[in-house]
Amino acid sequence: MRTLRFLLQKEFRQIFRDPSILRIIFMMPIIQLIILPMAADYEMKNINLVVTDHDHSVYSRQLINKITASGYFKLAAVNNSYQQSLRDIEADKADLVLEIPVAFEKKLIRENTAGTFIAVNAINGTKGNLGAAYIRTIIQDYNQEIRSKLLPFSGMPPQPQIAITYANWFNPQMNYKFFMVPGILVLLLTMVGANLTAINIVREKEIGTIEQINVTPIRKHHFILGKLIPFWILGLIVMTLGFVVARVVYGISPAGSFLSIYAFAAVYLLAVLGLGLLVSTYSNTQQQAMLVSFFIMMIFVLMGGLYTSISSMPEWAQWITKLNPVSYFIDVMRMVVLKGSSMKDILPQFFTITGFAFVLNGWAVWNYRKRA
Amino acid sequence: MPKEKAITAEMLTKRFGDFIAVNAISFEVDKGEIFGFLGANGAGKTTAMRMFCGLSLPSSGKATVAGLDIYKDNEAIKQRIGYMSQKFSLYEDLTVKENIRFYGGIYGKSDTYIKKETEILLHQLELEAQANTLVGALPLGWKQKLAFSVAIFHQPDIVFLDEPTGGVDPVTRREFWNMIYEAAAKGITVFVTTHYLDEAEYCDRVSIMVDGVIAALDTPAALKKQYHASGMDEVFQQLARGAKRQDN
Repeated sequence: MRTLRFLLQKEFRQIFRDPSILRIIFMMPIIQLIILPMAADYEMKNINLVVTDHDHSVYSRQLINKITASGYFKLAAVNNSYQQSLRDIEADKADLVLEIPVAFEKKLIRENTAGTFIAVNAINGTKGNLGAAYIRTIIQDYNQEIRSKLLPFSGMPPQPQIAITYANWFNPQMNYKFFMVPGILVLLLTMVGANLTAINIVREKEIGTIEQINVTPIRKHHFILGKLIPFWILGLIVMTLGFVVARVVYGISPAGSFLSIYAFAAVYLLAVLGLGLLVSTYSNTQQQAMLVSFFIMMIFVLMGGLYTSISSMPEWAQWITKLNPVSYFIDVMRMVVLKGSSMKDILPQFFTITGFAFVLNGWAVWNYRKRA
Repeated sequence: MPKEKAITAEMLTKRFGDFIAVNAISFEVDKGEIFGFLGANGAGKTTAMRMFCGLSLPSSGKATVAGLDIYKDNEAIKQRIGYMSQKFSLYEDLTVKENIRFYGGIYGKSDTYIKKETEILLHQLELEAQANTLVGALPLGWKQKLAFSVAIFHQPDIVFLDEPTGGVDPVTRREFWNMIYEAAAKGITVFVTTHYLDEAEYCDRVSIMVDGVIAALDTPAALKKQYHASGMDEVFQQLARGAKRQDN
């Protein structure tokens, strides 16, 4: 215990003496939490629309107005020829082209049917497809409107309609930030835990101080605890800071209890610290450690369920995400922060992450050798 | 009578794949002796030393340090030895005092011992004014002297010094050797590797390693006589000329 006290004293002194570590610990979460959720917005706005209107009628103009009034589209240009509009797609000025044919109005009134044509710029596929879907809904809506206006004159019985209304459970306003902020917090915690630990230990290898430690009677587990405890505490501080930012900037506070989040985070941090330790036992230079953690982080982030939904991944990829600790914490964050789930609800994730902590730390300790 | 020997080695060998870094060396170091361990770069000095310190596992052979077996009592040996590596390895981002306190602490010394001994040590090194200076800011010579003092701070039986005076100016080198003599006078066995052949003259006995084996071992005077040389330098030249291994 006494040995551990000396080790902790040394680690904390070194951490608080290193301005770059402090910057990472305090500035990174604040900046990331403020910039990322604002920028990485999945709601499609500002879809560039180019309209080729061959009709120039009241109806065609009404349709265009209705589309631009929806707020999703920016009318980039109104051209007279489809060729011109295609050139706009080529020049990346347009995400969508809507072509309104000649005699659109006439046909609509007389023949009760008229066609429009939508061309999608598939370079940014998501944006184009979502835009096309929006525009289809708007045109259908417009269609209903005209029909109800014309119906009284036609003498036809009104068409039965099915109206759909939505209710978004757990995130009533479908606020994207409620979704993103807790997730980004998880990524931050993972980075602090895994990267800083790995680099810290490898730095001692690089400088050669670890050899001096290895000729002392320090026990292996004391040394490792001396490295893990400071970063465990720092991780919890970063998370607390993150929740403060979430509250102040976004007005997000968990629907569930902080206790369940911190309990889970405490074990989760042990798992990622173990990962950092493991990386350090396999690397000899800080560069190697950086590259390996970078590689692991990329996979963790992209397959963690934050940016793409895990349930829509192919089955083999879903199996890979089961090996990704990040996915469990993002799950837990969403359950507790948005749904207000209790400790009992997150028990499965809790046990899984405890398993991760044991395996990763066990592996790291096994691979850490004082004598080569 | 292994009790009186600080270090014994019997056919001690270390292989890295096909390469035999240390090839069946056998020797004994008496208690309180200053034992010089010489050899060209890559002769196997550091590898041998690392085996005694418990940093490297021997491939075969036997050895004891402070009467303890290096296979079985590896961790117990560590309490009894001090080690100063080739690379400066105090924490540069800790102050002089903090480094001393840290190493004193992890060897299990009491707070009162650390406090008292730190003061004595700082006084001897004339570092009182720099007690709260970061070690990284000290000149190399002072760093080496401090590193040596820290290595013997917990009063080990044996101290291993791996090229302790590399890159240090002649005046500081002399001061450093005075510190080694003081340590030896207190009964600490000193096991030192060096490239400086004038330093070899300061040792009680000297061994010269060539290509992983011990080519000669005796007092400096006896070695000079045996090789009809006027200085250790000449002895070394005669022995090392036949070496096949180059740098590391």
